[in-house]
Amino acid sequence: MKLRDIAHSRTGDKGDISNISVIAFDEKDYPLIEAAVTVERVKALFREIVHGDVVRYAIPSIGALNFVMQKALGGGVTRSLALDAHGKCLASALLDLEIPDRAA
Amino acid sequence: MKTIRIGSGAGYSGDRIEPAVELAEKGDIQYLVFECLAERTIAIAQGAKLKDPTKGYDPLLAERMQAVLRLCRDKGIRIITNMGAANPAAGAAKTREIAQSLGLKGLKIAALSGDDVLETLKSGGHRIEETGAPVSSLADKLVSANAYLGAAPIVEALKAGADVIITGRVADPALFLAPQIFEFGWSMEDWDRLGKGTVVGHLLECAGQVTGGYFADPGAKDVAGLARLGFPIAEVREDGGAVITKVAGSGGAVTTATCKEQLLYEIHDPATYFTPDVVADFSRVRFTQEGPDRVRVAGATGRARPETLKVSVGYIDSYIGEGQISYAGPAALARGRLALEIVRERLALTGVRTTELRFDLIGVDSIHGSALSTAEAREPYEVRVRVVGRTDSLKEAVRIGNEVETLYTNGPASGGGATKSAKEVVAMLSALLPRGLAKPALDYVEA
Repeated sequence: MKLRDIAHSRTGDKGDISNISVIAFDEKDYPLIEAAVTVERVKALFREIVHGDVVRYAIPSIGALNFVMQKALGGGVTRSLALDAHGKCLASALLDLEIPDRAA
Repeated sequence: MKTIRIGSGAGYSGDRIEPAVELAEKGDIQYLVFECLAERTIAIAQGAKLKDPTKGYDPLLAERMQAVLRLCRDKGIRIITNMGAANPAAGAAKTREIAQSLGLKGLKIAALSGDDVLETLKSGGHRIEETGAPVSSLADKLVSANAYLGAAPIVEALKAGADVIITGRVADPALFLAPQIFEFGWSMEDWDRLGKGTVVGHLLECAGQVTGGYFADPGAKDVAGLARLGFPIAEVREDGGAVITKVAGSGGAVTTATCKEQLLYEIHDPATYFTPDVVADFSRVRFTQEGPDRVRVAGATGRARPETLKVSVGYIDSYIGEGQISYAGPAALARGRLALEIVRERLALTGVRTTELRFDLIGVDSIHGSALSTAEAREPYEVRVRVVGRTDSLKEAVRIGNEVETLYTNGPASGGGATKSAKEVVAMLSALLPRGLAKPALDYVEA
């Protein structure tokens, strides 16, 4: 299944740093998301865009992860050449990630 | 237990006007906060002030004040806003002018300045956070330096009886934290309460984002009434407990899901959220749906505030030149690709000096590049070609757009709708300043 089947997401920006939240619709699915959405997978997905470190923070109290990606916004919103200078569309791209189905 | 209601009247500089009027009319609020200053916005404001010393405050300040001043005066609602941007004094003067034109006598308006630390930062060996280089290495490219001030001077203005408080660069949550500190008499070292008050500010600061606007995603996350989206209200208790809600009957929705998205918006380590007032800890926050459009937030806390203030440093970074042209009909994509190839070759041939170049096919690969867009699998009916580059001078930047425009008569068939632009880029970097070096100052004018 796709990550978007069980999670929602929003992107924020500060300088050249982008952060993407991944939030379980149902908190019962949080362990699945925690296992499937790793730093390695996020790095691989955004290899053309993110040129710095990626750090993952866990917030189990709300069933969410927060990815903080350095050098992700072409120098930041004021100097980026990108059409989406804030990187606001990155959340949708992440939700397209293929993840293992729930165990039957 | 004492409770106050704080409304969020704007989430960014260009935001809608009438949701704030709705809050003032029907929200039963005591405070209306307008958060209108982004990293990018203050750079633009500094540019405006450089050209005209009476400008540099938010471009919609007059329109917003015109819309809410009388209502707020009638209902005793106090206004707190960072619409002063690069020039709080000029913003206060403009507000006074509007109050007088509306016949509002005795309105006390505070202007909070002191966030401008350009001269302080120039002297002394301060360093740029991102690069580690000394601030002085930016030399005459340096245009602005604004420290993020905290809630304390706003609390002082509230104590002095200000009806309207206009600030420049202040940490966004501090605009909302200040009325809580003032009303409940919280200590400036009650880190737990300041953490709780900060999470309230963080949830409210982007206005429509927490009431379901930016949350909406048809099929996955349906939200009703988006054209009439209501802006949020926080109902805060003296002990720091809070409920996020909105005006009954307005569009949008306040749910645990909208609150979770906003909680993590633009934060890094949730356990360590730096503000000038407190290092807030959101890592154990919980949300509970208490009723329709009523979400309780609990579990935020905090630790001692940092000894340094974050400073946004504006500098002239570079120039950006851009050109666009459209192709439509059969083989539009092939003609678009040919157009890009031609411009790439022309820029080299004519010796345009760029430090960075980008070639986009809008509608195909312009957002995340080809790896994620799988451009090969798609054949759009139309495509817009975009070439954009960074240069060291405006003259060179202009040449990029020109090369795209000349495709009109020299390029692939049926190119249409060419546009071009060139601009100077005032970009932002960060520095940390010992907090004692920023000197907040309050000035009052009366209508």
